[in-house]
Amino acid sequence: MTTDVSHPAETTKVYRVYIRATPQAIWDAITRPEWTRRYGYQGLAEYDLRPGGRYRAVAPEELRQAGMVEVPVEGEVLEVDPPVRLVQTWRATWLDEPATRLTYEIQELRDGVCSLTVTHELAGAPQTMAQVTGAVPGAGGGWAEVLSDLKTLLETGRGLYA
Amino acid sequence: MIDDDRVFKALADPTRRALLDRLFVRDGQTLTELESGVEMTRFGVMKHLRVLEEAGLVVTRRQGREKLHFLNPVPIRQIHDRWIDKYTEVRAAALLDLKAELERDRAEENQ
Repeated sequence: MTTDVSHPAETTKVYRVYIRATPQAIWDAITRPEWTRRYGYQGLAEYDLRPGGRYRAVAPEELRQAGMVEVPVEGEVLEVDPPVRLVQTWRATWLDEPATRLTYEIQELRDGVCSLTVTHELAGAPQTMAQVTGAVPGAGGGWAEVLSDLKTLLETGRGLYA
Repeated sequence: MIDDDRVFKALADPTRRALLDRLFVRDGQTLTELESGVEMTRFGVMKHLRVLEEAGLVVTRRQGREKLHFLNPVPIRQIHDRWIDKYTEVRAAALLDLKAELERDRAEENQ
């Protein structure tokens, strides 16, 4: 019997966090630089929010001075349905690996609570997977840390490390 | 909304921790795949998976006719972030390294 080594589920990571905020607030926190600089890896998001539009995460000045590359992540917008769904490619520029596929889904539940689900498809990109799952020592906690920080920022007005 | 009680309760069972361990090793498994490694009925495994899902530790996705189970570490991270800040984290990591080293030494002595 042969085993299908490219079983896509194995290279897909799914993260979900529940946030007491409006879908629009969560959408803004993902897509606007004045928000993205306040949590997670603090890259300034630059989105051209239409299919085929460019995405870049730009390192803020202080991190650039600490040795970070100017544009650590780049990609292309694939689907946009504000404020509930955003699909894009996502490539770590310092790694020699193919672009991955990232989907944000925001769902309004009840009592002012939304779920944010992040699905990261990482086929063929093991080093990128190690980064975003927080498996690289000294390189941060990946999506789990980013989303926990995002929740704290939106609910309290302050990020975890602010 | 997921509360800490549900997360702790879900984690307080060895079978459920074993299911999470297996998803950590290989994410995105079906019920049939997860069921094959535990001494339990399909119904029992389903019940445990439901507790994990209600605690937010497992997220399911449909892929064609299959329902796949993914490990969601965010609730555990939230518990971590609540009690450990980024400065104590470095020290805690150093202590965990030390613990791992001491245990390795002991394991070698016992060989």
